Amino acid sequence: MAETALSPSPAAAPQFDPALVEQVAKKPLVLHGHDYHWITEKICTIVEEKTPAWWWRAFIPAALLAIMVPIGFGYLILTGVGVWGSNMPVAWAWDITNFVFWIGIGHAGTLISAILFLTRQKWRTSINRASEAMTIFAVICAGLFPALHVGRVWMAWFLAPVPNSNAIWQNFRSPLLWDVFAVSTYFTVSLLFWYVGLIPDLASVRDRATTKVRRFLYGLLSLGWRGANRHWRNYEMAYLILAGISTPLVLSVHTIVSFDFATSVIPGWHTTIFPPYFVAGAIFGGFAMVLTLMLPARYLYGLQDLITMRHIDVMAKIIILTGSIVGYAYIMEFFIAWYSQNPYEKWVFLRNRVADPFIFGPLFGVPPAPYWWAYWAMMSCNVISPQVFWSRKMRSNLWVVFTVSMFVNAGMWFERFVIICTSLHRDFLPGSWGMFYPSWVDIWTFAGTHGLFLALFLLFCRVAPVIAISEVKGVLPEADPHYGHGDHAEHDAQPEPTNPSPTLKAAH
Amino acid sequence: MSASVLSPSATPELHTSRETPRVYGIAAEFSSTADIYHAAEQVRDAGFKRWDVHSPFPIHGMDDAMGLGRSRVSLIALCAALTGTTIGFVLETYPSIIEYPLVVHGKPVNLFTIPAFFPVIFELTILCCAFGSVFGMLALNRLPRWNHPLFNWDRFARVTDDLFVLAIEADDPKFQETRTAELLQKVGGKNITLIYE
Repeated sequence: MAETALSPSPAAAPQFDPALVEQVAKKPLVLHGHDYHWITEKICTIVEEKTPAWWWRAFIPAALLAIMVPIGFGYLILTGVGVWGSNMPVAWAWDITNFVFWIGIGHAGTLISAILFLTRQKWRTSINRASEAMTIFAVICAGLFPALHVGRVWMAWFLAPVPNSNAIWQNFRSPLLWDVFAVSTYFTVSLLFWYVGLIPDLASVRDRATTKVRRFLYGLLSLGWRGANRHWRNYEMAYLILAGISTPLVLSVHTIVSFDFATSVIPGWHTTIFPPYFVAGAIFGGFAMVLTLMLPARYLYGLQDLITMRHIDVMAKIIILTGSIVGYAYIMEFFIAWYSQNPYEKWVFLRNRVADPFIFGPLFGVPPAPYWWAYWAMMSCNVISPQVFWSRKMRSNLWVVFTVSMFVNAGMWFERFVIICTSLHRDFLPGSWGMFYPSWVDIWTFAGTHGLFLALFLLFCRVAPVIAISEVKGVLPEADPHYGHGDHAEHDAQPEPTNPSPTLKAAH
Repeated sequence: MSASVLSPSATPELHTSRETPRVYGIAAEFSSTADIYHAAEQVRDAGFKRWDVHSPFPIHGMDDAMGLGRSRVSLIALCAALTGTTIGFVLETYPSIIEYPLVVHGKPVNLFTIPAFFPVIFELTILCCAFGSVFGMLALNRLPRWNHPLFNWDRFARVTDDLFVLAIEADDPKFQETRTAELLQKVGGKNITLIYE
């Protein structure tokens, strides 16, 4: 169109260096000017095509790994919690570490689907579906640990707000009970949010179905969706409300998880910085997991035009932002331990965490902390490794992005381990000090949850559209009814080179 | 209707979707959001009430173009949220203060401990609000629904792909088979089709 503002022709803005303009101009969200039909075709084919060989090669090991979860938990239930390494003084150990680790991963999915929706970050449309699925699977993995950690799992119903046989109710003033409500609400709302987003896309698969079975199943799941505007009107309002309530929800969930620690009196846990620090850490770790899943999926399914380098660049920037918040929190905790002059607090931070045998131990003249390696693994993975993302070159190198994501995944697990184990293993009374060593069942089960997570994600890729089809169509430039008219048109993308007039899109 | 229509023939040719007696309405295809947006504005101005626009994604500004007001899902969600708040408040205060006060760490058990009740109240508010907005949305949309006359039209399957459809129902008081078809043609509709139930 002649009036289009962001015309790439240098004559329109002769005073600017075209290379510079290219740098600052927003890259289109869908590359190569693909049209609506291309998007439907591309994403539905993933569900419809014959299962690719690589999928089986990934799924079979993941499923075998996942089987370790029921075996590990079965052994635990039949034998007793003693098969875990958890014991006094470290009664919360790997299980709670794993719980916080997995639930934190889920948070990036909600951030992408809810907070970025409210802030109108249109780039979220390419990654929100897969991230929401990731949220649900991560919360499934997370929920297993506290449920099994209750010891006698047949008593797990004590968590529900019903009086037990002595007519005693739960302690509603306990953060552990808040956690039950927070995590179950989080799971339910995430599931609803995900499903509501899926309805129009399941209808797309239904309408393309070639077999009766598929038509029936997707017809059932898509609830008879027919894309009516009177429906979209209610749908968009419901979606907006879900985004609006998920935003405080996601902040509350990890805040409440941090309350499990922060409301106790254990030095190293009793910290007011915990809620924001936990939330930032959760988003940080979650984005790393999104990248860990999306980079291979993008490559294997050829989604480079939908999950563009711009998307990866933005996610890398979020990682460096949240990673820096987390790094700030680590340093601030350390500072407050010194500033408070509380001897127990100072002890935990210096002698249980920071003091390594090489630099800080000798510097402060204290013996090395038993878990110094865990603390410094956390520091280097979470604070130092994301710093490479300051460089644009590093953000655009997928190997670097993937490697840093893996570091962050590991670092965030270490963070929870450091918080939980180093605080508990040596607190007020030296007489009750001890070390924590994981048992094989701990390691076995935790390894199994990775298989469960991956297997569920791979299954999701086979049965549901991995990218929100209707939302991606909605961010194409020609989706705006005023596109090309010069009035309030969205110039989020450069004009299409091949097909400038929207009316030419017809005819099939 | 003015005779100066875009097409040479004054009366558009009608395709039919199936040989059954009752007419559901007339549907027309459009190929872009801009086309259907302007068509919707004209259908709205022609005074139709029972009609709809079907699109693969929500079209920005289409609610105004169709003359629709604000969705009532938000009202349902608000009521559900307040219900959740009430449930949370009663669920916590009744057992903890009235029925079986549980003294933990020698701390008070009166109503002034309410800050400790906020997290659960908040979570239940969110939970009920989510249920209210999703099920409220489905109820207002009369979904789930197993079938619909529009699905009888084979072209309609493409509405979840890249087709935009404007359908006027026969129940509309202004509906007249030929004149409505002419209107749809005048506003730029293609492949105007009579839909049977």
